[in-house]
Amino acid sequence: MKKTYRMEELECAHCAARMEQGIRALPGVKEAHVNFLSQKLTIEAEDEGFEALMDQVVRLCRKIEPDCVIRR
Amino acid sequence: MLARVLAALALLVLAWAVPAQGPARAALWLAPYAVAGWDVLWRAARNIVRGQVFDENFLMAVATVGAFGCGEYPEGAAVMLFYQVGELFQSVAVGRSRRSISRLMDIRPDYAHLLRDGQTVRVDPEEAAVGDVILVRPGEKIPLDGVVLNGAAALDTAALTGESMPWQAGPGDEVLSGCVDLSGVLEIRVTRPYGQSTVARILELVESAAEKKAKAERFITRFARYYTPAVVGAALALFLLPTLLLALLPELPAWLAGTVWSDWLHRGLVFLVVSCPCALVISIPLSFFGGIGGAARQGILVKGGNCLEALARTGVVVFDKTGTLTQGDFQVTRVCPAEGVGEEDLLALAALAERHSGHPIAQSLKQAWKGEGTEVPVTGVEERPGLGVTALVDGRRVAVGGRKLMGSEGVACPPCEEAGTAVHVAADGTYLGFLLLEDAPKPSAAAAVAELKRRGVRTVMLTGDRPAVGEAAARRLGLDEVHAGLLPAGKVDRVEQLLKETPAGRTLAFVGDGVNDAPVLARADVGIAMGAMGSDAAIEAADVVLMDDDPAKVVRAMDLSRRCLRIVRENIVFSLGVKGAVLVLSAAGVTGMWAAVFADVGVMVLAILNAGRMLRK
Repeated sequence: MKKTYRMEELECAHCAARMEQGIRALPGVKEAHVNFLSQKLTIEAEDEGFEALMDQVVRLCRKIEPDCVIRR
Repeated sequence: MLARVLAALALLVLAWAVPAQGPARAALWLAPYAVAGWDVLWRAARNIVRGQVFDENFLMAVATVGAFGCGEYPEGAAVMLFYQVGELFQSVAVGRSRRSISRLMDIRPDYAHLLRDGQTVRVDPEEAAVGDVILVRPGEKIPLDGVVLNGAAALDTAALTGESMPWQAGPGDEVLSGCVDLSGVLEIRVTRPYGQSTVARILELVESAAEKKAKAERFITRFARYYTPAVVGAALALFLLPTLLLALLPELPAWLAGTVWSDWLHRGLVFLVVSCPCALVISIPLSFFGGIGGAARQGILVKGGNCLEALARTGVVVFDKTGTLTQGDFQVTRVCPAEGVGEEDLLALAALAERHSGHPIAQSLKQAWKGEGTEVPVTGVEERPGLGVTALVDGRRVAVGGRKLMGSEGVACPPCEEAGTAVHVAADGTYLGFLLLEDAPKPSAAAAVAELKRRGVRTVMLTGDRPAVGEAAARRLGLDEVHAGLLPAGKVDRVEQLLKETPAGRTLAFVGDGVNDAPVLARADVGIAMGAMGSDAAIEAADVVLMDDDPAKVVRAMDLSRRCLRIVRENIVFSLGVKGAVLVLSAAGVTGMWAAVFADVGVMVLAILNAGRMLRK
């Protein structure tokens, strides 16, 4: 399953790159892109446990940039 | 934010003006510092709790708190203010870039007027199904691909092709989503669901382009990963080593003499400020994104930063002939009657004999002959596949076709050495002459080839035509090289050969119209498919898709990519250069924290502005 999410208040390009790396390293993630300019997160992962994975993604991103919100 | 910056500035001036000593002085300077930087300190503290050190906030907090600790109150306060001003500029610059990008992508239709039982219903374009009829009024975007049923209108195709010439559409014409209706009301039958429409495909191509990163982008990401820890380590070393030496060495070397440990602490703090790689991390992808978005605006869809990079290094451009450099249909270019036969008579006879034929050559003959509609009885038409046509025209037995047909009709056919396809004509066993048909070059083809050559590009043409025909066309267009008589598989082999001959560091681009050449498009370093929005295989295989079939766009695409890569290089060299220089100078104690903040935020703003040039024309 491939899904795209809007990311609000994504202000730091370096953080975006680190989020991308972090998300790719999560188990079950096939491909992930954090686009700083269009403020979008595209993530491709197994259907099973996708929502649980997204919880992890949100936690990870909040850790890197606390102000950034992922619209689910 | 602006108000805060101004308030902090006022307090800073106050602190400057009021002479005070001891704790009062510290308090005076702390006021502007707190106003300017409380959120930086707060975020730094929060991030440390979360285990995220080395972010910008942390670095700025350490550096400025450190400055206060060293007793450099004015510097601590001013640097924090300066940093926030930089951040303000930066967020404005990023916001502007984001807005210009979304403007570039502003071709998505918001609604469609569906025609149901004589009434119009406003729906989301995704809800319209194939076969539905939609209504488009002047000033509106065509939301879905379809065929015009009723009405006529001038269409602005600029958003798709970059061409400002309006295009006239009437009943039976195929229209593409994303065009803007300029003049009339159109009823359109939808032929493709929204997900497969031209607009949706363009948007998907451009949006996913950011995922295919260029080498320069990957280099920067890797670089950033090591840069920050390295500079922070260096900052620590810059403070600790001299301090230890100061404490331990009885005899001080020249470079240490006259310094105290807090000088080195200060220099270490300056290092911290320079250690953020943001200027690079943001400006390089922004340049590529701008390049891709700007190109899309002109009807050139580039599939990724890597394609843009390859396009900029093009050393060889290989063109397919038919449909790429030439129109792809045959036109009568010469009429050569035998002795005593009129040119017009020859053309008329040939066109009449071919009157009922659907063969492309017949179409071109009829097009060339102006006398269509003349009442002449044509009977006994016999099509001879691969040879030509025989018919009774006004009682005369006319044969129109190739040399072999003349042979089978028992007509002596004089040799002819012309390039192109010769159509011979005979009547009642007498040879009357021949017509020369050629696939005419596109108007902009010769100029495009000349422009490529001026840029030092080797131009090659591949064609399935006979060598004589291919060579004549190549000469006319000014191509460096031509390989004729090739079957589709032969084109792949020839491109393989040319790839081997391409100098190292340069790339080979293949330009085709997507008909039968998907394998070649895929094999070339850069596959350019033109006029290919209809062909899925070509879009899949190509790296660059041209919305229309104008060869001049190949040159435009190359120029754009070169400009984009130049901006990328400028930004890399500029950002790294300034940061490097500031690092060296501040290690030596020449420059202070001011220069460091400039090297951080200032460089970033300038790099974004430079990248922004790609977003404008």
